[in-house]
Amino acid sequence: MVSDRAPTLDRVFHALAHPARRRMLRSLAAGEHNIGELAAPFRMSFPAVSKHIRVLERANLVRRRVVGRTHICRINPAPLKDLAAWTEGYRQVWERAFQRLDALLDELKTHEKNRGHTEQ
Amino acid sequence: MDTPNSRGELSIKNTGTLKVATPSDREIVMTRVFDAPRHLVWEAMTRPELVQRWLFGPPGWSMPVCEIDLRVGGNYRYLWRHDSDGHQMGMRGIYREVVPPERLVATESFDESWYPGEALDTWVLVEQGGRTTITLTVLYESREARDAVLKTPMADGVAAGYDRLAEMLASGAALGVEKGGGVA
Repeated sequence: MVSDRAPTLDRVFHALAHPARRRMLRSLAAGEHNIGELAAPFRMSFPAVSKHIRVLERANLVRRRVVGRTHICRINPAPLKDLAAWTEGYRQVWERAFQRLDALLDELKTHEKNRGHTEQ
Repeated sequence: MDTPNSRGELSIKNTGTLKVATPSDREIVMTRVFDAPRHLVWEAMTRPELVQRWLFGPPGWSMPVCEIDLRVGGNYRYLWRHDSDGHQMGMRGIYREVVPPERLVATESFDESWYPGEALDTWVLVEQGGRTTITLTVLYESREARDAVLKTPMADGVAAGYDRLAEMLASGAALGVEKGGGVA
């Protein structure tokens, strides 16, 4: 159950609440990067970038391994999956209602056409 | 998996499917396209005998009461009933803005609410090429209230359907990532 993992979700929300961290995640979605590569799009000091990566790590969104002097990061999508699941139940309830609305609108369109209604 | 475009964003297919986003701590935003002109969508949203035909949740529920006084300051009253166990759920509110056929703002308050405070619903209808996009923004009084609402359907054990990274990231995008694309 997603709701049992609320503290994790809180950390994920916090991690995603900064545009630089979202940009880093998008980069990592395409493949592994070292910290220098992740820092490249930003005018940011190495320690600042490193801090953002630690926030992502705490949310379990990013994993890091050290090869020689290089820190290589990769994305861990599992918490994002929880986040998607978190809204999915809500989405499904509304989607059912909206599918009925689709059917009703089809009926209203047909009805309007039969009456030769031209209002837009 | 969708391919990131030149700005590193992920494109999301959204025809006919409902998108749910949480752009701030207190909001839920739903977006969906309907294959009908706006004036018909407006009617389906505001005429009680039409609202009763679609605005209810899981199978087994119906909407026996729907009263709408469609003017600023006017009240509405919805009552849903579970057909077999008779359980009822009521909601009421007051219209704050009524701009046919494009904008409807109303408060919402459940009789036995499981979240603290009221919420404010804003429906915006945009028509393009004979199709209408509904954007429904629900603004809660607190993050706790918003989260309580989102968690509710999970209690029913609704299974998650997402397993692709693009969709996971779409959910990240739902958190306000894609406003203009780049780094703010």
